[in-house]
Amino acid sequence: MSRIQVPIGPQHPALKEPENFTLTLEGEVVVDALARIGYNHRGIEKACEQRTYSRCVYLLERICGICSHSHTTCFVQAVEEIMGLEVPPRALYIRTIVAELERIHSHLLWLGVAGHEVGFDTFFMYTWRDRELVMDLLELISGNRVNYAINNIGGVRRDLGPEAAEGILRALPVLEERTRYYQHVATNDSTFLARLQGVGVIPYQQAVDLCAVGPLARASGVDADVRRDEPYAAYGEIPFNVITHTGGDNLARAVVRVGELYESIGMLRYCVEHLPDGPIAVRPRRRVGPGEAISRYEAPRGEDIHYVRANGSDRPDRVKVRAPTLANLPTIMQALRGVHLADVPITLASIDPCFSCTDRLVRLAPAGGGDGKVWTWAQLRDYGIRWYGGKPDGWR
Amino acid sequence: MGGADWTAVLRELFRVLVFPGFAFLLLLALAGEWLDRKAYARYQHRMGPPWFQPAADLIKLLAKEDLVPRLASRAVFTFLPVLALAAVACAYVYLPVAGGRAVYAFPGDLLVVAYLLTLPAILFFLAGWFSGSPYGAVGGVRAATQLLGYEVPLLLAVLAPAVVAGSWSISEVSRTLAGRPELLPLQVIGLVVALLALQGKLERVPFDIPEAETEVVAGTFTEYSGGRLALFRLAIGAELVVGLTLISNLYLGGHAAWGPVPGLVVYLFKLAVLVLILAAVRAAAARLRIEQMVTFCWRVLVPAALLQLFVVVALRGWWLL
Repeated sequence: MSRIQVPIGPQHPALKEPENFTLTLEGEVVVDALARIGYNHRGIEKACEQRTYSRCVYLLERICGICSHSHTTCFVQAVEEIMGLEVPPRALYIRTIVAELERIHSHLLWLGVAGHEVGFDTFFMYTWRDRELVMDLLELISGNRVNYAINNIGGVRRDLGPEAAEGILRALPVLEERTRYYQHVATNDSTFLARLQGVGVIPYQQAVDLCAVGPLARASGVDADVRRDEPYAAYGEIPFNVITHTGGDNLARAVVRVGELYESIGMLRYCVEHLPDGPIAVRPRRRVGPGEAISRYEAPRGEDIHYVRANGSDRPDRVKVRAPTLANLPTIMQALRGVHLADVPITLASIDPCFSCTDRLVRLAPAGGGDGKVWTWAQLRDYGIRWYGGKPDGWR
Repeated sequence: MGGADWTAVLRELFRVLVFPGFAFLLLLALAGEWLDRKAYARYQHRMGPPWFQPAADLIKLLAKEDLVPRLASRAVFTFLPVLALAAVACAYVYLPVAGGRAVYAFPGDLLVVAYLLTLPAILFFLAGWFSGSPYGAVGGVRAATQLLGYEVPLLLAVLAPAVVAGSWSISEVSRTLAGRPELLPLQVIGLVVALLALQGKLERVPFDIPEAETEVVAGTFTEYSGGRLALFRLAIGAELVVGLTLISNLYLGGHAAWGPVPGLVVYLFKLAVLVLILAAVRAAAARLRIEQMVTFCWRVLVPAALLQLFVVVALRGWWLL
């Protein structure tokens, strides 16, 4: 059978952000898949080098519109490690509470998107309605629905009052009941099952070999979760289970996420009931380092890694972000092989991709084709100095 | 010619073009689309559109720029939506609306209506194929593939009432069954099969594979815009009404007056109930893959339709009918 190449993206209704996937099809079946990323590059890492540490927090909050808290927590943890700051326990608990609320809203969002990708829009409408409960809680706690701006180096910016604690405890039973309903639908609706079961299978060994992270890895039976393996914030003190599944298909990924919703609900209840007293922040110095640190964080989509190098000034020397979607892309390119064209959207969506988180560089190809120019760091630096050299001072 | 002839001609024209013909059908198409969208929204805990939304959408589309892709043939591109609407509107004049008789009826009109209702799917295929877009082409091929799935069960399903009534005329079948309502429960399987097949014909969830947004954008209609798209949408709305009118005639005992309730009200009521059922199916399912859809049609719908036919033939052969 003849092979044809079908481009998915950079503009395609299945993708909520621009990214390009080239699929090679034999009939309706995908035999090869290639990703080309970089359409969302915003130069955030470089921009961090020109900002003070506390301003970096606000910039990094905007890496992602869903897991904004993940990126700031990951960053401030690295900075706190370099400074040797002792963050008060109450602040750690508040960070954990916001993190788990974020996980719930992210997973509910994903369930809805999964429904939409297979044409089950009612599921989408239901989950997104219930997600509003969490959004309201986050607004109650932080004053914001999306970019909560709760983190600061050395602690958190807002205390969790009794009103917010009560609000959380009131909303949790409702969320739990809705989660049970979604679990029932996701594992019993025959049309939904027909589209998810056995599609996009990644066996255990492949998930390990390709370094899959987060719910994608756990759905293939990889028992890994940073929250348990290298506890940060308050996770060392909170009882919870790491949800795994051996299915490895899109259904397993949905089941794992629904299971994590239950765990998050339990963790929130524990956190609110065991919230320690005390201050919510310590005052950090303005200058950091010299030193470097790597911080790991279990974001809703998987392990997020931030690397920070400090040179003793009030601005970071280097910030490097490795978002979970980047780690999961090689795995999902494998998962796409052998699925039907109709299953490509749901399989791509099964890693809960966030391309704006992922894109850290862009390679420009000349419009006329041929090889792009590849520069070393030193060459690029020289070019920059030459370019700025001819400009008046105000340019910098 | 005498004056009386002219009155007859005018009356005939009125029946074909205004009521219960074309204009009435368009009005019902808009109303049906509204009810469908509203019910779908309410099933999903949404507010849904106001009653005039389908008309507003239509006017908006007519006012929009209407592009023809360079690769598409302009004549074909324009002709297909018109033909789709025309085919559906032609089918409507053979269906009894209020009271027992259609505008036109002859022995065998059931087959003509079935044929006319097949046309839109073939036209969708052509529209997608000739629009010069890969999404349109894939959508078109899917529309044609799907046709192979639902068409046979639908034809088998409409066969059963015809056998019961012993006639190939829809008006005749409708009248016969209205006279013997005790026969209606015997055709429940056929009703379900016909409704599901119609859902496939109308390309609605779980059979909206040709238009699967996340896979092929809008499928056949990807390249359509403005007035041509408006015509296609109107044709689909009209197809919903015509298909449901056919089903209500064949399975729900037609639209004769119930005591003081006039036939038109009975008709609108039955139509509304069927729209609500189809909207519920749309709300309660995910989209199948094309091969799952065809498999479902042949493994489930066709045997069910055959069973229905067997029941009817057996009963007719023995004592009941």
